Amino acid sequence: MSKQLITILGKSVKNIAKLRGGGSALPGLVVEHLDPNFIKHTLATLPLGVVVISGTNGKTTTTKMVVELLQDQGLKVFTNKTGSNFSRGVAAALLGDIDIHGRLHADIAVLELDEAHAINFVDRIPPRFSLILNVMRDQLDRFGEINHTTNLLRHIANSTTEKVVLNREDPRVAGIALSLDDKKVHLFGLDDKLLSVFPSDDNLHTKVIKKRIVTKADVILSKFKTNSATFLIDGKEVKTDLKLTGIYNVFNAAAALTLVKVILGNKLDQSKLIETLSQITPAFGRGEILILDKQPIELVLVKNPSGFRLGLKSFNPLGYSTMIAINDNYADGRDMSWLWDVDFSSLKKLGVTQISGIRAYDMALRLQYDEVPIKYINPNLKKAIKHFIAVSPNQPKRIYCTYTAMITIRRILNKFTNVEAIK
Amino acid sequence: MNNKTIKILHLYSNDMNIYGDYGNVLTLKRRLEWYGYTPKVIEYNQGDKFPDEVDIIVGGGGQDSGQDKIQSDLLRIKHHLQKMADNGAPMLVICGLYQLFGNFFKTNDNKIIKGIEIFDIETYAKSERLIGNIIVNSKQFGDIIGYENHSGQTFLGHNVLALGAVRLGAGNNSEDISEGARYKNVIGSYLHGSLLPKNPEITDFLIEKAIINKYGEFKKNKVIDDSLVESARKTALKRPR
Repeated sequence: MSKQLITILGKSVKNIAKLRGGGSALPGLVVEHLDPNFIKHTLATLPLGVVVISGTNGKTTTTKMVVELLQDQGLKVFTNKTGSNFSRGVAAALLGDIDIHGRLHADIAVLELDEAHAINFVDRIPPRFSLILNVMRDQLDRFGEINHTTNLLRHIANSTTEKVVLNREDPRVAGIALSLDDKKVHLFGLDDKLLSVFPSDDNLHTKVIKKRIVTKADVILSKFKTNSATFLIDGKEVKTDLKLTGIYNVFNAAAALTLVKVILGNKLDQSKLIETLSQITPAFGRGEILILDKQPIELVLVKNPSGFRLGLKSFNPLGYSTMIAINDNYADGRDMSWLWDVDFSSLKKLGVTQISGIRAYDMALRLQYDEVPIKYINPNLKKAIKHFIAVSPNQPKRIYCTYTAMITIRRILNKFTNVEAIK
Repeated sequence: MNNKTIKILHLYSNDMNIYGDYGNVLTLKRRLEWYGYTPKVIEYNQGDKFPDEVDIIVGGGGQDSGQDKIQSDLLRIKHHLQKMADNGAPMLVICGLYQLFGNFFKTNDNKIIKGIEIFDIETYAKSERLIGNIIVNSKQFGDIIGYENHSGQTFLGHNVLALGAVRLGAGNNSEDISEGARYKNVIGSYLHGSLLPKNPEITDFLIEKAIINKYGEFKKNKVIDDSLVESARKTALKRPR
């Protein structure tokens, strides 16, 4: 079948799927079935090639940062921004951006890929650049073990043709550097003083901080406050204001800066880079703030113990009414064990206003054992949200939620306030 | 709270703590407090001196790499653990340490990792991973609810009893319906979840044995409100594999 025909067919399926309000991956699935090399051939035309971003936590916001940073440097960027991070999601995103002749008008592709699905992708389309963020215990029922996840990420690094950016402070990710040519490796890191604030998976239950596997780093996050941060870029101190919330997002900014520096080399406009960074907002549900009745509602996505702990450390409960919503659908992970690896004692003093989600009672039980007071429990998200809003008027609110709970909560909140709907 | 202390030993807390097994330690600690006792948690890691006067032992699962790290140390403290088990000390070992409390673990490349032979069980590495929600029925504890995630498959010998029979899930292996093992007051199981918070019958069994061993009788100063765990169990029983 000709490329033009496949393109037209794919675009039609995409429009029909949109009319039906269907999922974002279906048209991609159709096109991939018709032409398995569709993505490969289309991406091969890009002058600056393909960039892959993977890791267990923070992919979406980091990808958003990298895309916006590159755009402000004057590049035309293709990305899979619908959050559909499997290869058929990439195909679906491509369909939206190519012209009728199947040409993609972009300089570079920046793709967020799920660690399990990235393997198939990089085997077919070796990226020029890759960024590996971290390995945290995430949906282990899907991947088996954390060391297995590391091997998946190592495979991405090995398939990368030019440069690999790695997290110096995550021992599993930094360890990937040992199997790569030194010239291929770039790292981002943290000042020693900040290490204890960002626990890696190894020190969930121990305070012993292990020695670093590699010591060099292109960009180091050296200080941060609520709305500002200081980075050491090639040893030079750069301070900037930030709209990003959550310290994990700020650390991922160091990752994004490193990657963009590596991609652009001496063509980089650094002052522009920092100016752009100061304006970037987090991706939906990653510390984003909605406004309802003049009060902020913060959505904090939690999907594994390290992420939940960082969330609790990032956001001071003082003055806020707190809700937690835990689902156990496939995309959330079915196993509830992870809740027991999170320390909830920071909520002890002020308590939790509302608990919801399919596993609301598992969450409540977890809080009982940290002796955190709970006001209301209702597994039904719609009722719980309404109640949560009703019982905490004139107060800022914060909702910690798993992935599918977040999708539902956004849909519910959309009825009360202007929320960007998830495509 | 009285000043009657109960010492909980957390076995290999640094390397064998995957999948929320810390929840088991926390649950024992809190329920002891709520019953009016003074719990003391001791973390034991490889190379440490084996502490005296331990009342309860808890151990969890780990990565394969974690298992390698602790194996020789476990053989070093084998006689302490065996003696305690023979004397009726309550213990709970999950997943990785459950396997190593048995006779051996045979890896994919046919390497034999020796266990400490408290349970007459043998474990074989398999390619299939047994993953999902699991419900086990035991005469003593009723329905035991948890989550399993293992590729080692365990087979019971003649001198050991199962913890229970699988109603949903795989349990010890994909061939029979047994799950876990019992020797005196030692319980081995594949169940994470964490196991103890959602199965207070087992928690209270371990606590009662520890207190009777040490103080002769168990007096509950307080009844614990278990309404949340009852609701959590009801939900868990309805969830898919």
